[in-house]
Amino acid sequence: MTGIVFDKVWKEYGDHVVLERIDITIAPRSFVALVGPSGCGKTTFLRMLLGEEAPTRGQILVGGAPLKVEPGADRGVVFQRYSVFPHLTVLQNVMIGREFEHSRFLGKLLGAKRRAAETEARTLLDAVGLAGHETKYPAALSGGMQQRLALAQALNRKPKILLLDEPFGALDPGIRADIHVLIRKIWNENDLTVVMVTHDLSEAFRLGTRVIAFERPRNRPEELERYGATLGDDLAAQTQAGASITRDFEVWPKKIASPLGESDAGTQLDLKLATSNDNPAAS
Amino acid sequence: MRLLNIKPDRTWSFALAALPFAALIGAYLIGSGMRLAENPNDKLLPSFNAMLDAFRHMALTPDPRSGNYLMWSDTLSSLSLLLTALAISTFIALVFGILIGLLPIAGTTFGPVVAVASMVPPLALLPILFIVLGLGDGAKIALIVIGTTLKLIRDMALRVKDIPSELLIKAQTLGASTWQIALRVVLPQMLPRLIDSVRLEIGPAWLFLIAAEAIAADSGLGYRIFLVRRYLAMDVIIPYVIWITLLAFLMDLGLRLLQRKAFPWFAGARTA
Ligand SMILES: Nc1ncnc2c1ncn2[C@@H]1O[C@H](COP(=O)(O)OP(=O)(O)OP(=O)(O)O)[C@@H](O)[C@H]1O
Ligand SMILES: [Mg+2]
Repeated sequence: MTGIVFDKVWKEYGDHVVLERIDITIAPRSFVALVGPSGCGKTTFLRMLLGEEAPTRGQILVGGAPLKVEPGADRGVVFQRYSVFPHLTVLQNVMIGREFEHSRFLGKLLGAKRRAAETEARTLLDAVGLAGHETKYPAALSGGMQQRLALAQALNRKPKILLLDEPFGALDPGIRADIHVLIRKIWNENDLTVVMVTHDLSEAFRLGTRVIAFERPRNRPEELERYGATLGDDLAAQTQAGASITRDFEVWPKKIASPLGESDAGTQLDLKLATSNDNPAAS
Repeated sequence: MRLLNIKPDRTWSFALAALPFAALIGAYLIGSGMRLAENPNDKLLPSFNAMLDAFRHMALTPDPRSGNYLMWSDTLSSLSLLLTALAISTFIALVFGILIGLLPIAGTTFGPVVAVASMVPPLALLPILFIVLGLGDGAKIALIVIGTTLKLIRDMALRVKDIPSELLIKAQTLGASTWQIALRVVLPQMLPRLIDSVRLEIGPAWLFLIAAEAIAADSGLGYRIFLVRRYLAMDVIIPYVIWITLLAFLMDLGLRLLQRKAFPWFAGARTA
């Protein structure tokens, strides 16, 4: 059970309240899309979930236990940029997760273990449509291919939670559609809770099982500067509102991830897309 | 067409690059010719022939006293000091640069002391080094190491900090420990950048070497130049300077080629 709970979470940078009283429970295996205007704290939300930043107030629970304030292998991530290692080839980029896992001192696998990791990585690359590019360096890949690679790399450690921060924002619509199919398949075939930040509402509704909107109250900035000085720090901080959840939709029609084990997860991604319409589990 | 859009083709590039060199040589020839016409014994701007003779004497004839070919033994002595020192500072810089850049604890511990120490003019330390380490090779190596390491460390630390934090986070989500991140993410990304930094330190390294050799030595390229200065032997000094320049240039070229060969990913990543 990897349900995620945000229990009255606040995030402030100094006097600047970014997120205010975030209270939300995310069910295991849901696909949450986060939307909201620029600067409202979506990335901040994700970074707290990642363990890169700690909440200033409140706590985050994953599977019932408080979240460690440090990124770990149970939470995979794909950023918009800089998600893959430029000095490693495509194949090495995928393998490196396994190497970190099994080779504490060298971070490098040799012999039979290496061959096993390589086979596993090739299977994943095949699944994300990067077969044939194994020996290339990321700089030689297109943006879409780099994001596919980042996905394969993140999935190699079989995380329970996958965090995506505008992963497809820089891709053109055609390529984006392809990669939507892929991410949907990945979500379907793995025991995975996905939280994705996006600026694209249609993407949010197409992929998500749940769409959450963040927003900060309108009337703020100038007013605050003005009152902030006279009201004193404490009061100012209280009047200064951060963003909070303003909308929270279950996406209709309901999408349900297919029960695990039906398809050979991760190894053989057949191209049939399991959507709400053709997913046997949903009907 | 705008000036900034005009790019010379290969032939033109070559011709344009050769032009300043040709101009320098031409200017020298004219100046030297004029002075020699006035006074055939002029020592200041010797003719090419005189320099060639001196070069033959230094490089191709054994020294009657020691039996050494002086230019080669000088070169060997200088290069071994220089390369030893550069190897030491490169290694120190790599270790401390990564530590300071990657670990906040190390950064707060060593960052300020390195920043202050790098402001000490190394040549001012030379007398101290001679007093403490004696007049031998140790002091010279120490001078070069001190003169180049601190800047290299700061440079490395800054470049480590330039690594996008996304990559370090990503590595952690793949389960990497600090050590594994240093070894498999930071170190390999730093090596080609280290080559860039070391290339920039070749010049200072020669400077410190020659300064130290000028003051106390019994062989070495810098020693020789300052020795023959007493006789105004420009015909020896100029070929030596050209030779030192050539050596430095070849080191630079070698490092550049090494970077390209050993880190094929770097050119692409740098522009990305
Ligand atoms: N380390 C930090 N220190 C101070 N303020 C920060 C820090 N990180 C983020 N902020 C502030 O928090 C607010 C939210 O930033 P965040 O990056 O989470 O927005 P976002 O919703 O992801 O925006 P975008 O859609 O543009 O990516 C911004 O006002 C930003 O200035
Ligand atoms: Mg953001």
